Amino acid sequence: MPEPFRVILFIIFVMAFAGLNAAYLVWCERKGAGHIQRRIGPKEVGPFGLLQPIADGIKLMTKQLFLPKGADPLLFMAAPLMVMVPAIMSFMVIPFSETFVAREVNIGLLMIFAFASVNVLGLLLGGWGSGNKYAVIAAARCVSQNIAYEIPMLVTTITMVMVTNTMNLNEIVRAQAGWFFHWHIFRLDISLLMPVAFLIFFVCSLAETNRAPFDMAEAESELIAGAYTEYPGMGFGVFFMGEYANIVIGCALSVILFLGGWQSPIPFHPVGFLGVIWGLFWFLTKLYALIFTVIWIRWTYPRTQFYELLNLSWKVLIPISLFNLILTALQIKIFPWL
Amino acid sequence: MLLAKIKEALNSLYEDIQEVPEAPAAAEAEVAAAETAPETETAPAPEAQAEEGEPAAGEGEAETEEAEEPAAPPGLKETDYKAKGYHLDVDLPPEKVVAAAEILNRENFFIEAITGVDWIDDQQLEVVYDFNHFDELCRVVIRSRLDRSNPEIPTISHIYQGANWHERETHDFFGITFTGHPNLEPLLLPEDADFHPLLKDFKA
Amino acid sequence: MNGLFQQDVNQETFILNLGPQHPATHGVLRVKLEMDGEYIVDAEPVLGYIHRMHEKMGENRTWAQFLPNCGRMDYLSALSYNHGYVAAVERAAGIEVPERAEYLRVITVELNRISSHLLWFGAFVLDLGGFTPLLYAFDDREQILDLLESVTGSRLTYCYFRFGGVYNDIDDSFITGTREFIKRLRKRMPMYDALVTKNIILIKRLKDIGPISKDMARRYGATGPVARGSGIDFDVRKHEPYSVYSEFDFDIPVYEEGDSMARYMVRMDEIEQSMRIIEQALDKLPEGEIQPKKAVKLVKPEKGDYYHAVEAARGSFGVRIVSDGTNSAYRLKLRSPTYSNLSLFGEASRGMLLPDALALMGSLDLVIPEIDR
Repeated sequence: MPEPFRVILFIIFVMAFAGLNAAYLVWCERKGAGHIQRRIGPKEVGPFGLLQPIADGIKLMTKQLFLPKGADPLLFMAAPLMVMVPAIMSFMVIPFSETFVAREVNIGLLMIFAFASVNVLGLLLGGWGSGNKYAVIAAARCVSQNIAYEIPMLVTTITMVMVTNTMNLNEIVRAQAGWFFHWHIFRLDISLLMPVAFLIFFVCSLAETNRAPFDMAEAESELIAGAYTEYPGMGFGVFFMGEYANIVIGCALSVILFLGGWQSPIPFHPVGFLGVIWGLFWFLTKLYALIFTVIWIRWTYPRTQFYELLNLSWKVLIPISLFNLILTALQIKIFPWL
Repeated sequence: MLLAKIKEALNSLYEDIQEVPEAPAAAEAEVAAAETAPETETAPAPEAQAEEGEPAAGEGEAETEEAEEPAAPPGLKETDYKAKGYHLDVDLPPEKVVAAAEILNRENFFIEAITGVDWIDDQQLEVVYDFNHFDELCRVVIRSRLDRSNPEIPTISHIYQGANWHERETHDFFGITFTGHPNLEPLLLPEDADFHPLLKDFKA
Repeated sequence: MNGLFQQDVNQETFILNLGPQHPATHGVLRVKLEMDGEYIVDAEPVLGYIHRMHEKMGENRTWAQFLPNCGRMDYLSALSYNHGYVAAVERAAGIEVPERAEYLRVITVELNRISSHLLWFGAFVLDLGGFTPLLYAFDDREQILDLLESVTGSRLTYCYFRFGGVYNDIDDSFITGTREFIKRLRKRMPMYDALVTKNIILIKRLKDIGPISKDMARRYGATGPVARGSGIDFDVRKHEPYSVYSEFDFDIPVYEEGDSMARYMVRMDEIEQSMRIIEQALDKLPEGEIQPKKAVKLVKPEKGDYYHAVEAARGSFGVRIVSDGTNSAYRLKLRSPTYSNLSLFGEASRGMLLPDALALMGSLDLVIPEIDR
């Protein structure tokens, strides 16, 4: 397949994937929340309420786009895009299967983190631009939260780069081939703290994507809807899609770095087209299991207090991740044959 | 017994009136009534104190009689708890209320409510303070009658911060001015309300 | 102000309007907050958005006509309000209540108290960002509503008590249903414990947050779980036993800490105590009439004023009646517990962070129609 054609195809696929994911993760979330809370969840629109996201989308799209008084029109309009676009861009380097990746970039990991930082900027400008006090408070929270959590997340990522010697996501996955105990999370021989590192990474990705119990920026019982308070119709809708796309990115990174990406738990990998499907199957299975965990956590725990959140990062996660970095470095140096 | 103790302490307020009958706010019409008080009231009060164990049966009647009199003399009565729901009924001139609140505060009473009653036939407004105690069952009611045309009474919100809202509410409903109150804005009524709905001559 | 958070006096502050429509105020309460960043410099609750002047209605209606109003103030523990009002009128008019009726009053009021505490529990955790316990609590509360509906005929705004008794007798299905419900709730409480009370996030959010000292509670006249969470052993049911409460063996949970966690624990423990009272009442339930033999037709209390307080789910609810001897009140004062409890919010929340202040507000268990009356 000629290269430009392939890339365009992938862009279409990725956008469809991001959009569908956003729509149907909302459905999963509502259905999951329903069952966790001993009720049914959406059931009226279509079978099992499957058409509910479409109905929601139509509702959001038909709403008036309203610019609140005192808002900065440019920032207000641009902010949702600044959350959504980087998230979609990040999908370009995610290896869904061994050959099923838009662009195998050798600094893929770096690229994702670069784009993830733009997401914060979007929330900050959105909150600031709407000229609402609640939104400004949320924006301020969001920034300090993201700064606090980016550090342990990056330190953990550096550890993983040290282990795998590459920033190419596909290479990282290939390094975990074989049985499931070859996945990085189980490689205690590389670093004794590997499961802890996974936990740190997962917690940080929850905090980075502003998910409960770290949903400070939204915090509906405190800040009404946080940075999204003033957003009507599709402005809110795009924010929402961006948020879910970010969850998918965060969980996908966890899967790639720690859970073996598209590798199956047994050392069996068919070749050709079947291999693509096989890899895709395992990648998505792991991905959605993690996403389900994210949803599960949200509907179980209360929200943390803001200073507890920062304490957790500065006093617990950062020291542990730094320690993990040093430990891993030592282990690599002392037992280089492993 | 808390009841006996608080009764004695509150009784001292009346002695004060006896010593300097004309001293507090001579301009107010209330004082005329207050002046006659010492002769009629201090005499029975220590008596009741002596036989505090058994509340006199006639007191309930005395209460109703008193309500009919246009200018009731200030008085301190022990009431039948079973019939009335409170132990001590203290009628004070308005300028004495703060002193009474200080005494109750010293004895660790807490404030339950402040409210008013419009005695339109007497052209008077009554402010009623309900106090209660956390450790021992002792409900004290302090009441004070004000002139209906110019109802003013000093605030006790600096002693009992909880009185702040109760006084604002009473001001809303009856138009009673609590002098010295930090913020006598309408609380339950709209902020621009200039009517007082619980007055008997209020027409919606 | 909390010294730790005291900042430069010249710092710019801004006004944040919390409400009248805000998810955390559970109704139309507005709090005017002066904020320094996320720290509260000063908080001033603004009331009256659902003020209906029940006290004036009491003057315009006959004694019996006011009964339905009682269910419309504190809509979560309406029976306590029923009880307070009828008990005050009974005291004023000297009406005797048959023993069975008193027992029925206690049973239904305590059931209502449990349902109120369950709803508070769910809503409070919702304030803290936990969604699911609300639905679980509603599940249990639903059972109580079904039980109460079978006797009182309504689910929320009860008007079950009459002067001198109650309106409807209970039957065997109510008794077995109540016993089964108590069994069920006893099984569910450990789950709430594991899911919520022992949750580290919840503990961190409530421990040492929003302290209310004994003295502050007294100065503001705070009662109910707010006072008991501050180490004040005060419950009208024990302190000044009305109805038949003196015949039951139950404890008053008191916690010394005075923080939001203490208030939370008081309410959770009270659910168990209420279940104990109901069980004993069902065991001892005497046979007999539920209304006086000579029906109370015309209520005309003697001239004078009367006071009666009951322990509602949120604290001491007092009714002051001034009667002029006619068939309607000359003055009817309703002392609502949350009104006093909320009045300390301004002082207690000073120097706190916004989310902590909302945790404090939730722990006060506000029911706005009761505050505004």
